[in-house]
Amino acid sequence: MNILVCISHVPDTTSKINFTDNDTKFDQNGVQYVINPNDEFGLTRSLWFKEQQGAVVHVVTVGGAECEPTLRKALAIGADEAIRVAIPATDGLVVAKALAQVVQQGHYDLVIAGRESLDYNGGMVPGMLAQLTGFAFVNTCIKLDIDGNQGVAVREIDGGKETIAVTLPLVIGGQKGLVEESDLRIPNMRGIMQARSKPLHVKEMSAAAATAQTISFEKPAPKEAVTLVDTVDELIDLLHKEAKVI
Amino acid sequence: MPVLVYAESDQGTIKKIAQELISYGRGIADQLGTTLTVAVMTDASAQNLAQYGAQNILNIEHEVLNTFSADTYAAAIAQAATSINADVVLVSSSANSRYLAPMIAVALDAAYVPNSTQLPVSTTPFRIKHSVYTNKAEAITEMTSPVKLIGLSKNAYGAHSFEGSVHTTNFTPELSTSKCRVTATDRATDKVTIADAEIVVSAGRGLKGPEHWHLIEDLANVLGAATACSKPVSDLGWRPHSEHVGQTGKPVASNLYIAIGISGAIQHLAGVNSSKVKVVINTDPEAPFFKAADYGIVGDAFDIVPQLIEKLKQFKALNA
Ligand SMILES: Cc1cc2nc3c(=O)[nH]c(=O)nc-3n(C[C@H](O)[C@H](O)[C@H](O)COP(=O)(O)OP(=O)(O)OC[C@H]3O[C@@H](n4cnc5c(N)ncnc54)[C@H](O)[C@@H]3O)c2cc1C
Repeated sequence: MNILVCISHVPDTTSKINFTDNDTKFDQNGVQYVINPNDEFGLTRSLWFKEQQGAVVHVVTVGGAECEPTLRKALAIGADEAIRVAIPATDGLVVAKALAQVVQQGHYDLVIAGRESLDYNGGMVPGMLAQLTGFAFVNTCIKLDIDGNQGVAVREIDGGKETIAVTLPLVIGGQKGLVEESDLRIPNMRGIMQARSKPLHVKEMSAAAATAQTISFEKPAPKEAVTLVDTVDELIDLLHKEAKVI
Repeated sequence: MPVLVYAESDQGTIKKIAQELISYGRGIADQLGTTLTVAVMTDASAQNLAQYGAQNILNIEHEVLNTFSADTYAAAIAQAATSINADVVLVSSSANSRYLAPMIAVALDAAYVPNSTQLPVSTTPFRIKHSVYTNKAEAITEMTSPVKLIGLSKNAYGAHSFEGSVHTTNFTPELSTSKCRVTATDRATDKVTIADAEIVVSAGRGLKGPEHWHLIEDLANVLGAATACSKPVSDLGWRPHSEHVGQTGKPVASNLYIAIGISGAIQHLAGVNSSKVKVVINTDPEAPFFKAADYGIVGDAFDIVPQLIEKLKQFKALNA
């Protein structure tokens, strides 16, 4: 089984979000980049398929050379090869179209992406990629087993979950649950050494024209100070009369 | 060139999130000087959608649509949009709509902007304001594709009331069966979901252990609320993962969010701060959550929550 894991290179969750150039660009100053958490659960599950079922795992990202440390980290954790598509990740559709080319050229059976990235929160790439390639698609996937060309996936739905039987090829939008938090791996010295000699292919291609372009950013207005109360009676009264939520 | 809204229903009833979306769609249609068509999947309750702003209803019928699958629903909605030449298509931010929207985008070669927070800031050029960085910021994005697909953040616009009548047309798409076959569904139908709840009662590590969660459940029951928890609480197995809210869990955009024994870490806040009103109960006056809250009580949950349950019962009895 050939697996492609799509990795998004995103600001660490503790990052303070600021903008520069007249609020048109994300301020990278002091920001640490990490593998998007949803993708990390999927990557870890792919390594289980590698170790238990002999799968081959490639990781891919779309973006500039600054994303390479994130790909190297994925290699250090255990992926076999990495691909960087050297075009700017301008909008979801552009990224999905680029990834669709990688998928078609690489003969993948399973594509694991994250439910959403923590920067743009679009949640668009996995579904778009499935539609572009004609692969089956399971989003908010919290469990995945593969036997030959048959997959059984569990999808989180509002208020519960559903089990889905599906024939490969398949794209999933993964999240926590695919593996437990405690299964996530930290690269060790040996992994980091090996990652240096694993292939990292840089793919040039022409990007599709972007049809959604961000013009500017804004930060929310600072919040008014909290109203502290001493008794639950006061709280109930305020929630009823002032906030009108009960 | 009408605006098309996909209105979700649940067992024959239009969802609340869809009522809001219809009003939002009408707002955009008015802005563009066009009309609003609401697409529903074979739904009898569709007639009363005029009150939220619907002008036309497209009743999509096909036996394949009797059960939800993202690929068949996306194909049906895309075909419906094409059949009426819609150039703006709107979806909600429910789990199912987020699932199918990217597939509609590809089918219509449409730019897709999710998490919209208000009416377009301008229509020529077409610019949408939407939240990014898990609610830590907003962006204004210009959409230039002929067909535009927009997802509305929950509770960002609200349902408005309109007068008028609707004209209903039936539409039968061409569909094949889904690539995904649902073999089992496990869904508690007697509990309010975090996605649908007006009020969410959430607790963190301050509750000390799963044996104390009856306090949270009782409080939620009095309020008709859903229960939620912080990430460590689900990691420790005190509560199921499905209750984990925050940046890496479920988003919450309720009217009222009550946080009990939750410190208010940046990742937690990011996922819950689009709730309208936030109440914090915490022993530590320095807990970061107080900076993000509207109302707070500095105190011990084991003391405050039982009082709150009792007083709310009395309040409910008086205001019933
Ligand atoms: C990549 C990443 C992603 C993350 N994503 C999320 C996420 O999505 N959601 C999330 O919640 N967290 C997330 N976290 C974890 C987050 O950083 C915090 O660790 C977590 O939110 C803290 O949970 P807590 O508030 O329950 O616990 P604590 O931080 O331990 O806080 C407990 C609070 O309870 C109070 N308390 C103690 N006793 C009482 C009492 N008797 N009565 C009242 N109050 C009391 C304390 O004063 C304290 O403020 C993430 C972390 C990382 C690194």
